[in-house]
Amino acid sequence: MKGFKLSGVLLALAAPVAAAVFSIVISSLAVLATNKSPIEAYTTMWEFGTTSGSLMQMFNVATPYYIAAIAIAITFRAGLFNIGVEGQLRLGAIFGAYLGAMFVLPPVVHIIAIMVIAMTIGGLWAAIAGYLKVKRGVSEVISTIMLNSLAGGLSSYLLANHFMDRTTASNNMTTKEIPASGQFPDLMPILNTLGIADQPGGGVYGMLLFAVVLGVIFWFVVNRTRFGFELRATGANPIAARVSGVNSKRMTFIALALSGAVAGLAGLPEVLGDSHSFNMGFRTGVGFTAIAVALLGRNSAVGMAISALLFGFLEVSSRSLELIDIAPETYVIMQGSILLSSVIAYEVLRRYKITLQSKELAKAVSA
Amino acid sequence: MKSKLFKTLQYTTLLIFVLSIIRIFTGASDLTSVGTASAALLLSVPIALAGLGGLFSERAGVVNIGLEGMMIMGAWAGGMIGAQHGPWIGLMAAIIFGSVGALIHAIATITFGVDHVVSGVAINIIAAGLVRYVSTILYKSGTWLGPSQSPDVASIGTNGLPVLSGGTYFGWKSPDLLSVLAEKRWFFISDVAAVLRGLTGDLSYVTMIAVALVPLSVFILWKTAFGLRLRSAGEAPIAAESLGVNVYAMKYAGVLISGGLAGLGGGFLAIVAANHYQENQVAGRGYIGLAALLFGNYRPGGVLMGAGLFGYADALQLRDSASIRALILLIVLILLFLVTQDLRKGKVLKAALTLAIASLSLWYFLAVDQLPGQLVTMTPYLTTLLVLAVASQRLRMPAADGIPYRRGGMK
Amino acid sequence: MSVAVELRHISKRFPGVIANKDVSMSVETGTVHALVGENGAGKSTVMKILYGMQRPDSGEILVNGTAVHFKNPNDAIDASIGMVHQHFMLADNFTVLENIILGSEPTKGMTIDFAAARAKVVAMAAQYGLEIDPDVLVEELGVGARQRVEILKVLYRGARILIFDEPTAVLVPQEVDDLFSALEGLRAQGMAIIFISHKLDEVLRVADDVTVVRQGSTVAQVKSKDVTARQLAELMVGSELPQPSTQGITRREQVALSLNDVSIPTSTGSRDLLSHISFNLHAGEVVGIAGVEGNGQAELVEAILGLRDYTGSISFNGVVIDNLSVAHRHDLGIGFIPEDRQRQGLMMNSPLWENRILGHQRSKPVMRGFILDKKATITDTARIMKEFDVRAPGPQTLATALSGGNQQKFIVGREMSKAPALLVASHPTRGVDVGAQGAIWEELRSAREKGMAVVLISADLEELIGMSDRLLVMLRGVVTAELDPAKTTPEQLGSAMTGAA
Repeated sequence: MKGFKLSGVLLALAAPVAAAVFSIVISSLAVLATNKSPIEAYTTMWEFGTTSGSLMQMFNVATPYYIAAIAIAITFRAGLFNIGVEGQLRLGAIFGAYLGAMFVLPPVVHIIAIMVIAMTIGGLWAAIAGYLKVKRGVSEVISTIMLNSLAGGLSSYLLANHFMDRTTASNNMTTKEIPASGQFPDLMPILNTLGIADQPGGGVYGMLLFAVVLGVIFWFVVNRTRFGFELRATGANPIAARVSGVNSKRMTFIALALSGAVAGLAGLPEVLGDSHSFNMGFRTGVGFTAIAVALLGRNSAVGMAISALLFGFLEVSSRSLELIDIAPETYVIMQGSILLSSVIAYEVLRRYKITLQSKELAKAVSA
Repeated sequence: MKSKLFKTLQYTTLLIFVLSIIRIFTGASDLTSVGTASAALLLSVPIALAGLGGLFSERAGVVNIGLEGMMIMGAWAGGMIGAQHGPWIGLMAAIIFGSVGALIHAIATITFGVDHVVSGVAINIIAAGLVRYVSTILYKSGTWLGPSQSPDVASIGTNGLPVLSGGTYFGWKSPDLLSVLAEKRWFFISDVAAVLRGLTGDLSYVTMIAVALVPLSVFILWKTAFGLRLRSAGEAPIAAESLGVNVYAMKYAGVLISGGLAGLGGGFLAIVAANHYQENQVAGRGYIGLAALLFGNYRPGGVLMGAGLFGYADALQLRDSASIRALILLIVLILLFLVTQDLRKGKVLKAALTLAIASLSLWYFLAVDQLPGQLVTMTPYLTTLLVLAVASQRLRMPAADGIPYRRGGMK
Repeated sequence: MSVAVELRHISKRFPGVIANKDVSMSVETGTVHALVGENGAGKSTVMKILYGMQRPDSGEILVNGTAVHFKNPNDAIDASIGMVHQHFMLADNFTVLENIILGSEPTKGMTIDFAAARAKVVAMAAQYGLEIDPDVLVEELGVGARQRVEILKVLYRGARILIFDEPTAVLVPQEVDDLFSALEGLRAQGMAIIFISHKLDEVLRVADDVTVVRQGSTVAQVKSKDVTARQLAELMVGSELPQPSTQGITRREQVALSLNDVSIPTSTGSRDLLSHISFNLHAGEVVGIAGVEGNGQAELVEAILGLRDYTGSISFNGVVIDNLSVAHRHDLGIGFIPEDRQRQGLMMNSPLWENRILGHQRSKPVMRGFILDKKATITDTARIMKEFDVRAPGPQTLATALSGGNQQKFIVGREMSKAPALLVASHPTRGVDVGAQGAIWEELRSAREKGMAVVLISADLEELIGMSDRLLVMLRGVVTAELDPAKTTPEQLGSAMTGAA
């Protein structure tokens, strides 16, 4: 029994380690192909990436990834796939920024109000996919992809025609700035008291803390509540779930809408913590990278946190590659190869575990 | 089969008739112009190629959402190689690169049993990243002028039908009767002529090849032993295995063909539709190809129709956004038709609701002079969603599509 | 007569599954040779080895006197061996012809020569009396016709040695007769037929020789005319068979379940799936629903559980439950043993303790309010495993790792743990070994004594007659007869089911 537990730990580590090794090999080949030294690349990245300024940026990059990944994980757990997070977070952000700048409320209340707006919009947008899935049998994979493109068009239309702040004579199309009461405070003052000095271009989104809380809530709801169980049951075996009394259509709809609501929040770290408005420079691609984060993190709260930080680290530290004349886009290769090798490694592991359990069982039965 | 073709022709003619009426009323002359028809065909081809790609893959039982990534690989390779070695070599390269993307998808899904959608999404993320990485390097090494655009590719020749569409044969420039007719601006007759001229004149040779691939696909999948075995892998892999069909090989073949076709579609975008590769050139056409596949109910002819529909929507929004406004009138007409259908079936509430939407659309049509550009670009995606919402429930997907398969039925 | 196939000392092990140990049998041409054994005895493994789907660890296979080594079914097919599978291996969306020629297509140039294939199939069908239209889609065919397609598939490949894996499991009596006369024809043409079954009366009816396997080994090879069903049964089990039976009348005054004119119309508007069903079921009573599969039993179950809309009214312990959800009905005390445990009753890739929660999401000990009590669930799962003899390492074991019998015992234990007032048991012992079968019957008996009402659906007529207090026969969605099991033989019940009586 003891031996089994030990091998269990080794097994759990086997997949990520195999994936990491594979990805290092691939990225090294990519670097070697340009006649550069991979070792030099990695040391440069490590040295630059572990400075406190870089680490702060890593958290800032990782925070929206994590929130968006949780949104995706909600649907994965229900056996669905919300590829539309990108669109949902974009619409959540633009409506949150635009409407949030229209009123002034007491500090905390104002932020909550903006969050509620963003969640509502993101949730409604994803609910379209939910409705189409439940009522019209349209695959949510295709519909959310289409909704992404629609959200892109809609947000630039709204920004250019209705939401643009016409009081400032700026070239950059932007919404009005959210008043101070609606801005999420930075963590820098707290870090200062801990003895960490200000960094150039620094600051850590206050929403990092919110993301942590969200992660805990996600873990608890999915793993420890009736709703979470019914969500997972729908994903594990929709027919059995229905027989057991879960209204699977309603669960499908709720999962997609809830996922969209959480996704609506994923644009807010930037809006509430940095730009305090929605403008043309709004970060794109978060919703797609978050798919990789969720897959790599196996839809678990802790796993996704680790993979969000990993992706953030790679993204930030690879900026230093410019210094030694290597394309910083190398990080995309790293992220891609990690993603692919990890999904394969986890599948191989799953099959191996079943074989192992069958053997255990044979022993138990014959004993 | 013949009667189906006939029915399609009937409906198409009816559609052109309605469009001609709308053209007369709104003056949106681009609804049925030669240019629109020709652009629609040009824009349909990559979608149709992606859709055909999806067809081979899903008929073999592998869901291929990675078509987008494979198209990106194809477009990029087409631009990169085509700029150096000419367009035909570029198209070859596009096919090969698309297949390489497909090979990764095949290894992940068939050999390792990874969830098909997950693998496909991973391919898309990786393809986009990979081409960006290498493009950056090419740009830095001075080969490319920018990190997001390849040098220009030489163009591929065009031709048309003899007599009717002004083709050139052995140095003889044939007359162009359809164009003459189209320019008369006669009601309906000129509209039909213009559409036909657009579809049969000044065609790139690649377009001809691509269109020929549709009947070729029917032939391969439904008339040959290979096709029967490939489809059996998507319908009943365990039964196929029990009869000695190598299911893994069939699935690999389906996915690789799929990647080749998607790659060709990408190459077409870079080499024929444009004259260079550009970042975001594919812009979701792989996904729309998949939608065309669903719309076409997993049949080559259906794929072509679906691609045509999306291509037409795309062409209109590119050429003349005023025409998109006229399309609203078409939607109103269709909705009104549905209202009469509902009333005949006695579904009063549904009819009332549809009528309300129709009136709202009509009001919008009358209220705005021109749709804002950003909304117009949404047309193809909106069309896709609407079409799927109507068509999805009638789909017959291959019975074992998307289900990971392992020899001997193991888990 | 010559020996067509001989198996000598075949052994096969794999992890977690009962292995074959020293299996030997010899099948002569022009005979029907039955291979019998209870579920899980290793019959299927023997046949998979003979058909090249598995390779033996040791032992020899001889076909027409020559040793063969099959790497895959192709090799077996080349050696003129064909298999008619229990679960039909057919592509629903293919035509009959496409299904038959798949993998051995006649070609003309690049294309399949459909005309030649069709001619051959039509001729073969006529020769063996297996009537079929080659150009319809398989999805439009009934069970008997599908089986004919399977047989034609095998004959098309020139098989002379035919394996039939539990061929009668899905057939109605009339179709069984048709099948047996087809087997007669094949035998007369000099084919060797291996007939796998555990229905002993059928075996004695059709077979010339019988080989019995028990726990992976052959225990006897006998002439069917020399043995009785009883003797065969004891050879199969090695001991006395458990009997499905109940004792005395435990029926109470209270009506547990009452159906009042329950109907389910079809969406297409043809005849109803379920038509005007009315009956009362008392506490402590078992009502058996007999019927050929697809005659409305599944729909009846779905109506009682609330999984399907119906007209009419159902009440449970005096309360009308028509407007209650599936979950509500569970909460009131309706338990359910589903027909297809893997599809309807388990999350195969989840551990047993999570499966313990399924269907009990609103009740103790697994839930406290909205919160899942993992510790209590694991403890209770261990209790079920102990009380119901579920053989698995522990509550963390994935459901997929368990054998069918253990999965079923687990489901029974799970449903019993809330002490339901009504149990809907759909084929509760299908595909489980004799040990589990006996245990499940025992469990139903004792719960009945404590006042549980049971709706029992089964294709096993002896189980129905033995366990029920009352039998309702369903045909095309209608209850056509009510029978007293004490005065009914399986033969009488069988003919009532087909409407012959």
